[in-house]
Amino acid sequence: MYPEGLHYTKEHEWIKLEGDRGRVGITHFAQSQLGDVVFVELPKVGKPLRQMEAFGVVESVKAVSDLYCPVTGQVLEVNSSLESKPEQINSDPYGKGWMVVVKIAEPKELRNLMTAEKYKAYLAAEGH
Amino acid sequence: MRYIPNTEADCRTMLDAIGVRSSEELFADIPSKLRLKRGLDLPPPLSESGLRRQMNALAGKDADVDRYSSFLGAGAYNHFIPAAVSHLVFRSEFYTAYTPYQPEISQGTLQAIYEYQTLICQLTGMEIANASMYDGSSALAEAVLMAHRINGRQEVLMPRAVHPEYRMVCGTYANKLGLRLLELPYTDKGTTDLKQVKAALSPRTSCVVVQSPNFFGALEMLEEIAEAAHGADALLVVAVAEPVSFGIVRSPGECGADIVVGEGQSFGNHLNFGGPYLGFFATKEAYLRSMPGRLIGQTEDKHGRTGYVLTLSTREQHIRREKATSNICTNEGLCALTATVYLSLLGRTGLRELALLNLRKTAYAKAAFSKLRGYEVRFSGSTFNEFVVRSKKRTPAQVNRALLGKRIIGGMELGRFYPELADCLLLCVTEENSREEIDALCKAMGGAR
Repeated sequence: MYPEGLHYTKEHEWIKLEGDRGRVGITHFAQSQLGDVVFVELPKVGKPLRQMEAFGVVESVKAVSDLYCPVTGQVLEVNSSLESKPEQINSDPYGKGWMVVVKIAEPKELRNLMTAEKYKAYLAAEGH
Repeated sequence: MRYIPNTEADCRTMLDAIGVRSSEELFADIPSKLRLKRGLDLPPPLSESGLRRQMNALAGKDADVDRYSSFLGAGAYNHFIPAAVSHLVFRSEFYTAYTPYQPEISQGTLQAIYEYQTLICQLTGMEIANASMYDGSSALAEAVLMAHRINGRQEVLMPRAVHPEYRMVCGTYANKLGLRLLELPYTDKGTTDLKQVKAALSPRTSCVVVQSPNFFGALEMLEEIAEAAHGADALLVVAVAEPVSFGIVRSPGECGADIVVGEGQSFGNHLNFGGPYLGFFATKEAYLRSMPGRLIGQTEDKHGRTGYVLTLSTREQHIRREKATSNICTNEGLCALTATVYLSLLGRTGLRELALLNLRKTAYAKAAFSKLRGYEVRFSGSTFNEFVVRSKKRTPAQVNRALLGKRIIGGMELGRFYPELADCLLLCVTEENSREEIDALCKAMGGAR
């Protein structure tokens, strides 16, 4: 449920390193808490983001939440298939449900994020 | 009639329960010098019938449209309201201003709002409409904010032919968001100058606002303005203060509007001293998630039966707090219901006939004023049910005073909002004004010298 090798935020995003780029999505926990996702609002390619800046919005039948970027960087790719198939976020949060790819500007910032093990402990401490 | 249900014994019991000697002690925290240590200086109480007489006498001091003939419009329109409207709206199943907190339990209320949204879409020529807003002016302000949400730009082109109070409300809403409202002048036709629109458009322009029929009653060239706005990647926001005009003019949607807002008072709602009124708000489906307010959707239950739900409310204030799409978190449910009943009674043909009546009577009055000594029609543009008259001799205030003496409510004195039109009156003629009334108005004004 929480793959090793990814870095996790306290706001329940994950980032996967691909060279100097990072692929970003939301965790299994986030999608299960939201319920059926019906809409995602993503940034335009090229948009610069700071670490933990809101980059978009995910909307389910019961809530709307901001999406926070795990690292500082520029948006290189956006998963446009989510426009017509937002349910991929529920069915495959670490695969087809990815949201953006960013060019990582400050690799040091990854230290502020959690490993899978730490994220699981964080969820447990939060009572989940 | 007793308004205070507590007996002295009730009060005693309550005071004993909390251990206080008198109710006066409950106010001990208020400094003594600030307290009024005597009864209020009020006249003695009245009986119910006496109270009724007094209130009627007070109401009789007003010049109302039942006892006066009225030629005042300017955003509030005197239309006939069939008795069937109040009969249906006052039914206990319907008679509340609130959309219930557990909305889906009230399928009838939701269905009525859904019908309302459908009617607004048909009239405006747009794809989606919300469940209503406070009034025309706040609906326009919300449209301006929405355009900014969509394209992030900062400038709003705001013609002076837009209702001055609508412009003021927009200014209040836009002010702290750093949006700039740029005024555009009107021409001798009483319409917005397309050349000036084109000259003012830039990559900073978020939207162009146009009111049609505009504040002077004149019809704007929506299609040309839409084309110009879209050419600069700006949105066109169309405001309609007199929606009876929908019965006869092409819908703003057909002319290329991106957001259409307006005032729905004309649809079965009384003048009500200026409120509560009904803001309507419609746009394209592509902008659904940027639209303020609530929305009723049609769906099916697990047995496949049609049902209605409050939808997309996840972006409203009670859920998203400070990140909500808009600060509006309610709607004008009862006024929207009234409009729905009214429009259903009129139907497509009825609304068209009503619009034609307004148009013809206004044309008759306008022709009369073009021949009346001491007056002239100020603007040359095509109008719907309002037009501007310039008084060459008497001031508009003098004219209106003389008219009131003859039980006629005259037009709005434009000097209040337009110093350069201080000698002008904005007159409105609806189906409620008979030919005799219009003739009497001309005679009274012709004689007011």
